[in-house]
Amino acid sequence: SPLNSLNCGVSLDAPWWSHPISARKPNGCQLTPPPRMTVRERLRQNISAAFYRHGLLCASYPVPIILFTSASILTCCYPLLKLPLPGTGPVEFTTGVRDYSVPSHGTQGDLGERPDWYRGPPVAYIQQVLVKAAVSPWDSSLVPVDVFRSPLGRVFSLLEEIRDHVYTDRSLESLCLQVTDLLPGLRRMQSLLPEHGCLLVSPGNYWQNRRDMFDSDPDILKTVHQHEPKGLHTSATLKDLLFGVPGKSTGVSLYSKKRVVTYTITIALSSYDARFVASLRARLKQLHPSTNCSLREDHMVHVHFKEEIGIAELIPLVTTYIILFAYIYFSTRKIDMVKSKWGLALAAVVTVLSSLLMSVGLCSLFGLTPTLNGGEIFPYLVVVIGLENVLVLTKSVVSTPVDLEVKLRIAQGLSSESWSIMKNMATELVIILIGYFTLVPAIQEFCLFAVVGLVSDFFLQMFFFTTVLSIDIRRMELADLNRRLPAEAGMPPPKPGPLRPREAPPPSRPSPHTITLQAPAFRNLRLPKRLRVVYFLARTRLAQRIIMVGTVIWIGILVYTDPAGLRTYLAAQVSEQSPLGEAGLPPHLGVAPVFPGGDPTSTLNVLPAPEPTPLPENQSQGHGEARSGPAPLTSPQITWGSEDEEVWRRLSFRYWPSLFSYYNITLAKRYISILPVIPVTLHLSPQEAIETRHPQDTQHAPRTSAKTTELQADLTLYKVAALGLFAGVLLVLLLFCLYRVLCPRNYGQNGVQHGRRRRGDLPCDEYGYSPPVSEISPLLLRGHSMDIECLANDGMLLASCCLAGQIRVWDAQTGDCLTVIPNNGLRRSSSSGCWEHRDGWDPSSPAYDADSLLGPEARNASTPIMDNEHPLRRRTTPVRPALFGDQPDLTPLIDTNFGEVPPSQMMPGCGFDFGELVERAYKEHEASPPLPFPPSPPAARQRRRSLGDQSVAPPEQVLLAPWDWDSSVWSMELRGNLIAAGRSSGKLELWDAVEGSLRCCNEDGSSGITALAFLNNRIVAARLNGSLDFFTVDIHKPLGLLQYRGPPGRASLPPSPCYSSEDVISCQLTRSVQCAHQKPITVLRAAAGRVVTGSQDHTVRVYRLEDSCCLFTLQGHAGGITAIYIDQTMVLASGGQDGAICLWDVLTGSRVSHVYGHRGDVTSLVCTTSCVLSSGLDDLICIWDRSTGIKLYSIQQEVGCGASLGVISESLLVTGGQGCVSFWDLNYGDLLQTVYLGQSGEGQPVRQLLVLDNAAIVCDFGSELSLVYVPSVLEKLD
Amino acid sequence: MPRLEERCWSCSCSTGVKSKELSSASWIASKTGEMMSIITSVLRQAYVSLYHVQSANLIRRGLVLFAVGVFLALVLYLLQIQRNVVLFPEEVLDTLFSSAWWIPPCCGTAAAVVGLLYPCLDSHLGEPHKFKREWASVMRCIAVFVGINHASAKLDFANNMQLSLTLAALSLGLWWTFDRSRSGFGLGLTTALLATLIMQLLVYNDIYQYTSPEFRYIRSWLPCIFFSGGVTVGNIGRQLAMQFHRV
Repeated sequence: SPLNSLNCGVSLDAPWWSHPISARKPNGCQLTPPPRMTVRERLRQNISAAFYRHGLLCASYPVPIILFTSASILTCCYPLLKLPLPGTGPVEFTTGVRDYSVPSHGTQGDLGERPDWYRGPPVAYIQQVLVKAAVSPWDSSLVPVDVFRSPLGRVFSLLEEIRDHVYTDRSLESLCLQVTDLLPGLRRMQSLLPEHGCLLVSPGNYWQNRRDMFDSDPDILKTVHQHEPKGLHTSATLKDLLFGVPGKSTGVSLYSKKRVVTYTITIALSSYDARFVASLRARLKQLHPSTNCSLREDHMVHVHFKEEIGIAELIPLVTTYIILFAYIYFSTRKIDMVKSKWGLALAAVVTVLSSLLMSVGLCSLFGLTPTLNGGEIFPYLVVVIGLENVLVLTKSVVSTPVDLEVKLRIAQGLSSESWSIMKNMATELVIILIGYFTLVPAIQEFCLFAVVGLVSDFFLQMFFFTTVLSIDIRRMELADLNRRLPAEAGMPPPKPGPLRPREAPPPSRPSPHTITLQAPAFRNLRLPKRLRVVYFLARTRLAQRIIMVGTVIWIGILVYTDPAGLRTYLAAQVSEQSPLGEAGLPPHLGVAPVFPGGDPTSTLNVLPAPEPTPLPENQSQGHGEARSGPAPLTSPQITWGSEDEEVWRRLSFRYWPSLFSYYNITLAKRYISILPVIPVTLHLSPQEAIETRHPQDTQHAPRTSAKTTELQADLTLYKVAALGLFAGVLLVLLLFCLYRVLCPRNYGQNGVQHGRRRRGDLPCDEYGYSPPVSEISPLLLRGHSMDIECLANDGMLLASCCLAGQIRVWDAQTGDCLTVIPNNGLRRSSSSGCWEHRDGWDPSSPAYDADSLLGPEARNASTPIMDNEHPLRRRTTPVRPALFGDQPDLTPLIDTNFGEVPPSQMMPGCGFDFGELVERAYKEHEASPPLPFPPSPPAARQRRRSLGDQSVAPPEQVLLAPWDWDSSVWSMELRGNLIAAGRSSGKLELWDAVEGSLRCCNEDGSSGITALAFLNNRIVAARLNGSLDFFTVDIHKPLGLLQYRGPPGRASLPPSPCYSSEDVISCQLTRSVQCAHQKPITVLRAAAGRVVTGSQDHTVRVYRLEDSCCLFTLQGHAGGITAIYIDQTMVLASGGQDGAICLWDVLTGSRVSHVYGHRGDVTSLVCTTSCVLSSGLDDLICIWDRSTGIKLYSIQQEVGCGASLGVISESLLVTGGQGCVSFWDLNYGDLLQTVYLGQSGEGQPVRQLLVLDNAAIVCDFGSELSLVYVPSVLEKLD
Repeated sequence: MPRLEERCWSCSCSTGVKSKELSSASWIASKTGEMMSIITSVLRQAYVSLYHVQSANLIRRGLVLFAVGVFLALVLYLLQIQRNVVLFPEEVLDTLFSSAWWIPPCCGTAAAVVGLLYPCLDSHLGEPHKFKREWASVMRCIAVFVGINHASAKLDFANNMQLSLTLAALSLGLWWTFDRSRSGFGLGLTTALLATLIMQLLVYNDIYQYTSPEFRYIRSWLPCIFFSGGVTVGNIGRQLAMQFHRV
């Protein structure tokens, strides 16, 4: 219901109810549903319409919506201020002792400021007896050990006193907290901590509470220190535990300056009996009066402990956070094709985080306080809410046509993904609802939070993120505009950069992003302001600084409020300094009693010692040499200050939890009540101290390592620093390793090239190891003298045409050359004459040399093949209209004498010196078995050759040819045994593939045939001037017509000669569509009775083959069409110069999907039943999921090999490389095998690749053809 | 390699000279040469197989999966210990590593096996897994898996039945959200059954003991955890198989 209201609100707010949507919307969602629709479809349409309107709204008013969203986020987060800061320190609550009663369990209203943990009895009541003992007056006859030996000895009598105290038949035994065994892991502390009895801890535990053991202990310090941990310790040590005061202030040290020993006897009571405690207090005070002590005794402190986070608990927590960050990283990495990737990623993260905060805030607003540990469930909440929707939205919006208006793009993107978003949302809600019915309280709470979080996340996605996305996309268009303007103003076009290194001058083609400027004023005025704000933020790094400052403040607050932290430290400092400040006042004794129970913060300096000396700290010299000296000895003074009221505050805040944890009692989420401390002052006479001496005590020389404690502290510091450094280095190393493992070398093309080329370049390593010889051995079909230009196949036969115009027909099974159809006397010479014939190597035809050098009478047909500007031009767009019009003068002649040149690297190029090449080639040629050059018979037309390895002899019969030989073959098709060849002069020739004879020739058109399609008995020819001619091939023999096969393709039968040479074949022009396209046709494909043409005018047209009627004109590309795929199942895909790939429905002419995948032209396209494979000028092969349009993965190809691509079966992909072809598993993108075509590592790039029916592939390899049979291993994969 | 061979040659030669039997020395030398050539060929074959792209990929994937398994096992073990021991003294970590040191390697090996088995099974069944093939989804899956463990360790359930049902529902939800393939379900189920069986055998033979005194409690969650673990590791393995082969 909130969604409905949301949609309603949106639709009411939207002022463009009657906006013409239906014309623009790709999925044809109309506002008025057709009458017969299921509920589901109607719902779907309604949802998508609502989303559409919402997208329009968001993109139209970005600023108000963002403001509104921020305001609502802040409002929802406001209740969070009441929640305590996250931290693990204990919290306190103080009550009076007098009217104390055990708090009840019930949850009756709030009684004042009583915290909600203050319920029920505490774990224990802690009664501490703080003992300060000193030997006074100090005597020069005393040794340092005397400082603490006899004061410590008095603990046993005190213990006895406490144990034996009885008040109205209540003894300590009945009241105290009874403990059982220690934890099993603590065997070594068994003798030190009480077991099976009262939890009563005192320094006497070192000696098992036995006086005789204490007396016989020769070295008290050693006993005390032997249990201290050696390494670093953060929690309470045993000394802290037993003494109950911080280790330094115990005074148990040989170098104590004050000579006052301080320790506590800690009693844990299970139940509170006020009278017993009071009587104990009175008794102790009476026995050991500390007259000047005025500690407050009326407050009881309850300390509540939060859940402990130890190292063992931290590891899972840290793990979940690492996983969370990895999830966020991998999610946001997918954001692509937007202006600011990081900005959008940040917006996505902000969306999720603020939705979480909103959910917590809302829950606490409605009285549902979070009891779960926020830090622990947070990652799971993020994962449950997820970033998916945001990414899907981005992707969908980005995939909309760029030439639309921003508003419409956003709206279309939203509406096309609306159904899946709603479905996901409903599914998640249902899952969470199921979780709610598990009836486990924790899970229920989690689910509640997750539900609120999901809803608020949806809200934020719809309002916040969509708006941010619209701003981003608008910025992108603006940036494109800015980039394009100078280019139009005559500036050189931007450098293509390293992406397109093989295309020296980038063709001037329309920018992929067309801009529709609706309101220029609006954009020019408002957007720069917004941009300026963003840039300002980016320049000053405001966000980072705010975050840093916030972190520092937070840490500061934590440190200050921490019980073991700064506040207590400061308080202690203040109270320590104050006696010094008051030390100047002589009448201490007079002042003190005036404030007997006064202000607790005021410090009372009490000097109980008989010989009070002023400024004792400055003069006390406890060191050995000072003792022997004549310096006046100071007697220790026992002072009671406010810091003594709560001694436990000076201990680690883990003191109580660790004490109780030894008995497997947890204090997490529970509390203890600490009763006011009982002060006990002990004054011992020197005689007593001397009497209790152990014989060895006097032998204690002052140790040489006088500064052990300071040294220890220093060492600790260093250790911490070293450990931190070490951990940091280790972390960096670990992350580096993780990075290396997870991201193996697929960034950019350098690594790939290196990897693959190394294998090619180094056939042998130093161990004499050569790469594994592949079981696939390519069959090289030699015979062409120049680079292969056209390839055509029909199952059994294979026709190829080289630059020299020679057509060869091969047996696709055996690789034998069946027929050679030579071209005659053509001599190649570019208009500038930069490629000249050299006399030295062509002695046989000097006449032609002269002929060609004279030039003007050279017969003409433009051959774009070897144009210097396009040494590696694309096969799919054979012509550049600006460069090659119908200009007869440019015609070069191709000398068939090239046939004499052994196949070698014939790199065409201006100023290329052929001499070296030829000489080298001759040397190589001499080394190899000499090729015979038989004088060819004059009747060249009828010549048949089956020796494919032989070169063609120079055909001297050129001039005898009755037809126009001088034009080159631009396109070729092979069906049955008919070769259809389209020439640059506009002639269409039909050759017999077996006989090698010309069967028919049609000269109806004059413009060059750029593409041919041969289907059934029809030939479709696309011409350079954009016209499309439909020819019918008639065979005047009924049998041949009958035998003419149906649709070609995979299912075709092996071709058999369907007509004999006696048949008369005629080829008639049935229809000529003069202006099929405004610009030259670049691609022509025919299948399933349809002819599809793609042109440079950005459109794709679909014609019916039978009546040559144009069915559809498909618009949607923002650049010329460069690749088209259509097959028997009427799948039509097209790729354009803008790098976009469109899938079309051939029956309805509607666009099914539209993705951007390449930077640069799409050079070839293949579809399988489940994926679409595309390759582009950026040498990237992308594999897309056909149904969803999601990119599955991509393969980086080598430079120049991007276009060669073929699919053998559903799961086997073949790509060409530098002198090799690679086989890939299509499902996994798994490189199965690489087959090297030549022996030498440096191979020409494989630019054309054709898959034959018998699971073989044929590819061009320079002037050779390579036939590769895919072995049985691979066929098993089918 | 040649250096090693040389040393062996010289070594055998010296023994031959010492024994003053030239013929036998040459025989020994020739034999040693043969042995060395055999050894080198064996090593070379091993190197070839290591060099071969697929097996190298396999090993790398296995190593990654092993590391993941060890890490997850440690983390989850800690989580489970927390349920039984309320607060850790510092010794617990020592006892953890001393008493059951073999658990993480076992889990790692199991993870490697299962993670390699999933893509293998996929390719054998001929139905490549295409549902949500991206790292973000894998990370989500791991997080949910840890969350399930966390829930089973931290939450207090009324009885074992409730615990089992909740965990089973969560595991099925995990499978439905991230896998949805029959092979994944089957393999996960097999993993769960096998692992539970092995655990039971270990416990009956007193090799391993549960820390919790209540045995039934553990039995109620073990299969679910193993099932979701299998699915998770399979997810990682599939993604790795795709990632590593995308050269």
